[in-house]
Amino acid sequence: MLSGFMVNAWVVAGIVAVVAGAVGFFVVLRGSAFVADALPTGAFAGAAGASLIGVSPLVGLGVFSVLGALGIGWLGRRSRHDVATALALVMMLGLGALFLSFSSQYAPEIYSLLFGEVLGISSNEIAPVAVLGAVTVAALILIYRPLLLASVMPALGEARGVRAARVETLFLVVLALATSMALPVVGALLIFSLMIGPPAAARSFTDRPAVAIGLSVLLALGTVWAAIAASYQTNWPVGFFVGALSAVWYAVGRMAAAWRRNRRQARAAAPGEPAEHGLLAASVRV
Amino acid sequence: MNSVLQAIFEPGFFTSFPVRMALLAGGMAALVSGIVGTFTVLRGQSYAGHALADISVTGGAASYLAGITPLWGFAGVGVAAAAAMDLIGVQRRRGRDLATGVVRGAGLGLAALFLYWGATTTSTTGATVTVLFGSIFTISAATAAVAAVFAVIALGIVAVLYRPLLLGSASPDLAFARGIPVRATGALCLVAMALAVSLSALTIGAILSTALLVGPAATAMRLTSKPGLTVALSAVIGLAATWIGVLLAYDSYYWPPTHHGWPVSFLVVALVVLFYLLAQFVVPHPPGTRRGRDATRLPAALPSEAGA
Repeated sequence: MLSGFMVNAWVVAGIVAVVAGAVGFFVVLRGSAFVADALPTGAFAGAAGASLIGVSPLVGLGVFSVLGALGIGWLGRRSRHDVATALALVMMLGLGALFLSFSSQYAPEIYSLLFGEVLGISSNEIAPVAVLGAVTVAALILIYRPLLLASVMPALGEARGVRAARVETLFLVVLALATSMALPVVGALLIFSLMIGPPAAARSFTDRPAVAIGLSVLLALGTVWAAIAASYQTNWPVGFFVGALSAVWYAVGRMAAAWRRNRRQARAAAPGEPAEHGLLAASVRV
Repeated sequence: MNSVLQAIFEPGFFTSFPVRMALLAGGMAALVSGIVGTFTVLRGQSYAGHALADISVTGGAASYLAGITPLWGFAGVGVAAAAAMDLIGVQRRRGRDLATGVVRGAGLGLAALFLYWGATTTSTTGATVTVLFGSIFTISAATAAVAAVFAVIALGIVAVLYRPLLLGSASPDLAFARGIPVRATGALCLVAMALAVSLSALTIGAILSTALLVGPAATAMRLTSKPGLTVALSAVIGLAATWIGVLLAYDSYYWPPTHHGWPVSFLVVALVVLFYLLAQFVVPHPPGTRRGRDATRLPAALPSEAGA
């Protein structure tokens, strides 16, 4: 389990988890789950197209996910964001269906693109993933403060000269990079689980952004490594374990949030209804 | 004239049984998705629709394992997922995308497992492609009959709930004040959505059924602001995209690369997106608003969502 080709799997999955945990924190914070879902699913078409014309799938993934990110940013400014995302997503997926029908790919390869294939990673695939991961993390560090400000308090950000639309586009590109490196490992349909389960839980445990990012990375690492180990033992697809574990994290996070809220209310049983309570009541009614 | 017609409708188009079934089932899917989709877009639930579509892959895969028609799986799991999403809080605006995403992720994880089991126990690997990208030309008469029943149920829900749904979508507070059970109607709307998605999953594939649900409705909303007209227009646009898509797919046998045939799902999706982009260019600002942009941003501007 720790020898030979499995080492590659542990290393690559580790890099993917670090990036997904960090980027995922902002996905959860900004509530942009749909985009984070759409980019990987659409980028899958890029991998299919790349194999059709005979270039590395990583190139196809990169091109498609960045184009998708820019397209969603462009369309989203012109019409409703969720509609723009949905349509960009289905267009890319449709192209994927077309490419697949032209190529002579075997069904198992399609399956592994969509649902992940950790166990077949060769050692010369580590370098590109590591470089892409480093670039993504560096980009995230560069835009960390404006991104945080624009995500939490858009109005204050605007006042300080942070252009929300530009930050959004930059973030989408970072997301696209993270997507194209993670896709071959976890699969197009399940990267996104890794990007929201662990960060959602981390956010419920702490209010401090830096701590939450660290925790989210740790949880993501735990998720991926546990999923690989379980997949190695049972032969079941990695994606199944990633999806299930992420759901577990989310449930744990919600319980922790509820518990913290109760404790805070018990402690502050003093007059003056906390603001959060009012907001919560409003959102439940909506 | 005759030769032009023959060039458009390749010989045998109207007499072939698979084509007739495809037109029938595809038409029903487009009709139901167009009508139900109007409410999906109006309520800002595109993501829930997409997630339902993805999760129905699980059902499709499971029915392959069990050896029944995928439609049963699509619909059964879709309705169950709709219930799960309602429980976990899709109807709130705050944090609902997260809840939706988690249900979707867990569902797709299961789908991966079922497809894997299917591939190892039956040693046929075609299920993945069929479930994900549809199989419109292999629909049997019996499946079409079941599809018709589902279509009638979905349309029945919308017909009965038309007014409360419209009010609940436009102004939940007003609907609440009028004594409309907002949550129950919302949940039933999710069920109708799951049924619509399962019909499209059969025709253009599970992960592409979002196209028929969201595309025609969003296009129709560009063109008119009257609710009744929007619903009708959306159904017509969906129908047009599907039928032209089937026709083109039939003709594409003679396109390059020859004797291969382009996938129906790609053609339908491309037409849906094309119609939407055309509507964008023709009507830069949607009707019934001062400058257009304000209205199109309505859901995003809700205070509860901005804080999420």
